[in-house]
Amino acid sequence: MKKNRNVGIIGVGQTVYSSHREEVNQPEMIHEAVSAALKQAGLTIDDIDCIVHGNMELFEMVHQPDLWHTLGTGAYGKETLRVTTGGTTGATLVCAADHLVASGLHDIVLAVGFEKLQEGHTTGGITNMADPLWGRQLQTGALTGMTAADLIEEFGEERAKKASMKYRIIMDKHAMKNDKAHRRLGLEFDQADDLAVNSPALVGELRMIHMCSQSDGACAMIFASEEKAKKLCKQPAWIKDHITVHREELFCIFGGVPYLTTHKYAAQKLYERNGIKDPRKEIDLFEMYDPSSWWGLDWLREFLLLENDEHIKMVENGDITIDGSFPVNPSGGVIASNPIGATAMIRVAEAALQIMGKAGDHQVNKPVNQAMASGFGGTMWTVLLLLTKEVPW
Amino acid sequence: MGKRVAICAVAQTTYERDKWHQRFQGMALEVLESLLNRTGLDFSEKNGIGMAISVSDDIFDARTISDNAMTDVLGAHLRCEEKVAQEGAQAVYYGLAAIMSGHTDLVLIIGHCKESQGKSRNMVTHLAFDPFYTRPVGLDFCAAAGLQAQAYAEKSGISDEHLADVVVRARCNAANNPFTPEIKPVSKEEVLKSPMLADPIRLLHAYPVSDGAVGMILASEERAKEITKNPVWIKGVGNCMDSFFLGDRDLASNFALKKAARRAYDRAGIKDPRSAFDVIEISDQYAYQHPMWIEGLGICDDGDGAKWLDSGGPDKFKVNPSGGMLAGNPLILSGLVRSAEAVLQLTGEAGKRQVKDARTALAQGVMGPAGQFHTVIILERD
Repeated sequence: MKKNRNVGIIGVGQTVYSSHREEVNQPEMIHEAVSAALKQAGLTIDDIDCIVHGNMELFEMVHQPDLWHTLGTGAYGKETLRVTTGGTTGATLVCAADHLVASGLHDIVLAVGFEKLQEGHTTGGITNMADPLWGRQLQTGALTGMTAADLIEEFGEERAKKASMKYRIIMDKHAMKNDKAHRRLGLEFDQADDLAVNSPALVGELRMIHMCSQSDGACAMIFASEEKAKKLCKQPAWIKDHITVHREELFCIFGGVPYLTTHKYAAQKLYERNGIKDPRKEIDLFEMYDPSSWWGLDWLREFLLLENDEHIKMVENGDITIDGSFPVNPSGGVIASNPIGATAMIRVAEAALQIMGKAGDHQVNKPVNQAMASGFGGTMWTVLLLLTKEVPW
Repeated sequence: MGKRVAICAVAQTTYERDKWHQRFQGMALEVLESLLNRTGLDFSEKNGIGMAISVSDDIFDARTISDNAMTDVLGAHLRCEEKVAQEGAQAVYYGLAAIMSGHTDLVLIIGHCKESQGKSRNMVTHLAFDPFYTRPVGLDFCAAAGLQAQAYAEKSGISDEHLADVVVRARCNAANNPFTPEIKPVSKEEVLKSPMLADPIRLLHAYPVSDGAVGMILASEERAKEITKNPVWIKGVGNCMDSFFLGDRDLASNFALKKAARRAYDRAGIKDPRSAFDVIEISDQYAYQHPMWIEGLGICDDGDGAKWLDSGGPDKFKVNPSGGMLAGNPLILSGLVRSAEAVLQLTGEAGKRQVKDARTALAQGVMGPAGQFHTVIILERD
């Protein structure tokens, strides 16, 4: 969608992601990401006009945490905005920063997402999102075995389980190249059969090894108007378009009812708006919010509008590896690192780093002209973003 | 500012002590239906509302992702919905940016809060303090306001009598406001004798506990003209964050509000705020904030709050004809409620509290301990 003016990403800062960051408090941890982003962009905090902040406050039980976090975000004396949309928060922060710059209200905006899951109870926190009357007794946090059961039914137990585990091990191999990633296990493909049996079961066929981590960490990104971005950065990553699609809270829990997922709907709309006919050819890389290797596997079909078992084949053939024809999550993805309020932003940040050529050891070995990033949260909500190397409009 | 953006319709529920008969979705639905009826809008893909912004707070709602339960109320099934988890007026700032950016042309905003759900709202605001230094002291927004009130009263010569006058006037105005049905007029003596919460803040100096919801429709100039004959234009916005620790700040300085107002005035092209507004709606959580925020907005000189009250400033400058926050709306919604009230004034729909021929208005919201964060919106009709 053509905007009032173009917006470029000119700096990304990330903390390391870890299960425990006991040596820093929340603002100190945020400060690490903010400093890193400013350093990459070659700016100081005085150059920033506005700070956008977000997380999910019930995890750490801090009310309106942007107030305290001013100590780490550098918001003192500045304009600010705080937006939160659950798991999608990080991606929503990017959309918000995009609006604030594209509108002409601000020239340079810094957005910061974070979570310190160690300081709360993640599954308890997520369970608490369900309706206290109708849904809470059934909710098991973010853990669900439904997708595994569906895939097993559709593709047979052996093939589905193998593909899911291969997806998981590919992500770990990617994470091994990313020194910020939380879980870097050094898995090998020949461990697949052993893990499929011996990893602790969580819900049905969703096992511990399939599931994303609970991490501490923060991510900051700097957005600038076209004029400023071109001056400040040799190769900004430009925001071409983004779409947010939510759905209602309650849905059929008995299975067997076909429904349009928000992922598929968002992808259809985004491709239509931007004239994308063959996403796997026209998009060079995808940073997907994949909370488990079952979901990651299944969602490839939704996002790429694939038919039948094409998504399974993509994994079986290794197309999604960092050297494959359609790299997915060269960073290791959400399964490797998951500080929830930052997680969706990290997807966009990693896609941007690939376009900027600053992804370091996990930089893909091909030109990245167009990249896609997704956020996931709530009751199956989607934020989908398209970034480009060329100025989009 | 660039592209013109208008507020096309506003709606509110009443604000009451305990809406035990309604869940928060029910309150929001009341607001939504009123907005849709008045504008004839829907959520169709082609011409409908392109973006919904909810305003709520996870801790007040005791629900992770408090907007999760709002998706269907906001018509956001397979549509865009986002949540501003800050002072409510910030949703206007965000909606404005989304329309000015060209991303969408219609924005629906609905905020809700049920302060009645917690045993004490102080338990919620206590959690805004960091767990290491300030939470152990037992601070909450009321206690922090007490410290600021002391500093400000000393600087500007505000007495207990002044504060009582502010409360009497607010409650008198609230009698003209159909959205505050439970607020009864009080005498000055009653205020002066009301129990102390955080010296010098008395019980009647504090905004009442309430449940309620408020919403509005924002539109690009083109769409606004289709929807309404009386668009109210957003002329300026500005906000500012102060430092966190109370000891790092001069609590009587109005640092954040002065900067927020300056930004809004600059964007609106306002040179002299004293002659610029026909109506002013401020978020006076506690009585002392009424004159203090007026100083911060530059409506009177720094330190002249008492003089301004003594010379009949509140009525002269038409401040809070609705009764203001002192007459009752929940914490996080105030700036949004003030904006809605300002719109009613500019469209001539303010009933018994109508200011004659009002054409320009200012609305202000505040969040955080002792006014750490302020946001200002300037509105104008054709």
